[in-house]
Amino acid sequence: MSRTSSPEAAEHVGVLIIGGGPAGLAAAVAARKAGAQDLLIVERDRMLGGILNQCIHNGFGLHTFKEELTGPEYASRFISQVKELDIPYLLNTMVLNLDRDRNVTLMSRKDGIRRVKADAVILAMGCRERPRGALSIPGFRPAGIYTAGTAQRLMNIEGYQVGRRVVILGSGDIGLIMARRMTLEGAKVLTVAELMPYSGGLKRNIVQCLNDYDIPLQLSHTVVDIHGKDRVSGVTIAQVDERRSPIPGTEVTYDCDTLLLSCGLLPENELTRMTGAEMSSVTGGASVDESLQTSIPGVFACGNVLHVHDLVDYVSEEASHAGESAALYAASSEGERRADAEAVEIAVAGGVRYTVPQRIDPVRMPDKVTVRFRVADVYRDKTIAVYRGEKRLSARKTRVLAPGEMEQVILKKEELSGLTAAEGLRVVIED
Amino acid sequence: MSETRELTCINCPLGCALTVTIRGQEITVTGNTCPRGEAYGKKEVTDPTRIVTSTVPVEGGDIARLPVKTASDIPKDKIFSVMEEIHAARVKAPVRIGDVVIRNVAGTGADIVAARNVNEIAV
Repeated sequence: MSRTSSPEAAEHVGVLIIGGGPAGLAAAVAARKAGAQDLLIVERDRMLGGILNQCIHNGFGLHTFKEELTGPEYASRFISQVKELDIPYLLNTMVLNLDRDRNVTLMSRKDGIRRVKADAVILAMGCRERPRGALSIPGFRPAGIYTAGTAQRLMNIEGYQVGRRVVILGSGDIGLIMARRMTLEGAKVLTVAELMPYSGGLKRNIVQCLNDYDIPLQLSHTVVDIHGKDRVSGVTIAQVDERRSPIPGTEVTYDCDTLLLSCGLLPENELTRMTGAEMSSVTGGASVDESLQTSIPGVFACGNVLHVHDLVDYVSEEASHAGESAALYAASSEGERRADAEAVEIAVAGGVRYTVPQRIDPVRMPDKVTVRFRVADVYRDKTIAVYRGEKRLSARKTRVLAPGEMEQVILKKEELSGLTAAEGLRVVIED
Repeated sequence: MSETRELTCINCPLGCALTVTIRGQEITVTGNTCPRGEAYGKKEVTDPTRIVTSTVPVEGGDIARLPVKTASDIPKDKIFSVMEEIHAARVKAPVRIGDVVIRNVAGTGADIVAARNVNEIAV
C-alpha cells in the first residue's frame, strides 16, 4: 500500500465544498444552517466569489434580494454570511483527486498536499467557456482571440485594455456584456455574429448592451476566416443557411485587432468523473436525484457544474438545497442512507432537452421538488405539462419559451404517491 | 408632426417589438402585449435611464481594480460623460462597499460608489 492512499493520514471533514463561487458559498451557508458542524470550502482562486468577482455589471439578485446588485455585491452578501457563520475556507487550493469513498487530495503552494476524508462532498466547480479549439474556425492562430470571460477577467480584475477594434462571435450573455464594457472603455465593437437564427442572450442584454450603442447583431452569421499572423488584423464573417453552412458570396471582412468568443459554457466535471458518477450527456453534468445527490452516495452537485444556469439567483437556490441535503447525509448513520433504487427517471419529450433532477424518489422526496430544464428551440404559445403515466398532473400555458432561459415545474409529493418506473413521469411541451 | 421609434421591450423573454409614436405631448405605444410594455415604451422615449458600472484603479489594495457603479440610474445620454469622470478617478485601499468614489457624477445627482470591499495589502 502506498503512503498516498493511507487512510490514517487523512483529516476528517463533515461536509467538503469544492468551489467558492456562488454555488459553493450558498451550499456552505445552507449546510451550516441545517446543522453541519465540520465544513470546509476549497477555492482555487485567491478570493471567494468565483465568476461574480469579474461580473461587475448590475442585474444580479432580483429574485433573491429584490434589488439589482452587481456581481461583487451579490457575492459579498454570501461571503459575509460565510464569515459570520465561521465557515472555514481554503484559498489558492486545488482539489487534485476525489474518489467514490470521498477521499480528497488538496494541494496548495502554502500547505503542499493534504488529504481529507469527507462524510459528504458538494461539487460546486462551475463551468468553463467553450474555447476556440472546440469551435472549428479556420484561419491562423494569432494573438487577440479571447473567450469573452477571459477578456472580462483581464479587463475587470487585472485592468488591461483588451483590444481597440473588436468582433464578437456568439451572442451569449457574457459576449453581450463585454460588447458594452469594451465600448465604455473606448473600444469600437464592430459587430456581433450569431450562428443560430436567434440570440442565446437575454433580451435585456441585447437592448442595453448592443442597441444602446448601435452595435449590430447579425443572426445566422459566423466567422469563416481569421486574418493576421502575430496579432489579429481582421475577421471575415459570412451568412449561413438552414444547415448552418456559410453561403458563398456573403462574406464581409472587418478590420479588427480582437475577436471575442461567446459560444457557450461547459460544466467543469473532471473531479466528478473521477468518482465514476453517472453523467448526463445533455447537461454535461452529473445525473442527480431530488436531493441533488449524484449516483455516488454522499456526493452532491449544484450550480453550473450540474447544468448551466441563466440567473445566479437560481444557482443560489439550487445550491442551498444541495447544502441541506449534504448536511442531512453527513449527520445520518449508514443504515439511514438508503440506496435510491426506488427513484424514477423523469422522461422528457416535445422539446424539453433535460431535467435536473433527472430522477425522483416518491417516498423520500420533500413535499415539493423544483425541476429545472431547458428547451431545444424557440416555441410560441405552448403548454408545459407533467404526466404521470397517461394522467396529466399539471399544465402551464406559456407565451414564449427560448433555449437561453431556464424553465421549471414543481412536483408535489401528494401527486406522486406510489409512483413506479413502469408508470413513468414525463415533462413535455405540447400545444 | 409626429415621430415614431421602434423598440424591443425588455420586461420578459417575449421581447415585444414596440412602436412608439410621439405627437406633441401625446405618446402612444403599439405592439405591446401587456401594460409593462406600454410603460417601458413611454419611459424609453421620454426619460431613458441606465445604471453605469465600471472599475477604477486601487492603490495598495489586495486587488488591482475596484468595481464601481452609479448609486442610482442616470440619464442614458450622460453615460459617456459619467465614464469620463470614472476614467479619471483613483482610490486608495482600504475601501468598503458603498463608499462614495465620485460625488454627483457628471452633474447627474448620482454618486459613484464602491461595489466591493478592498483590503489594504501588507507591505
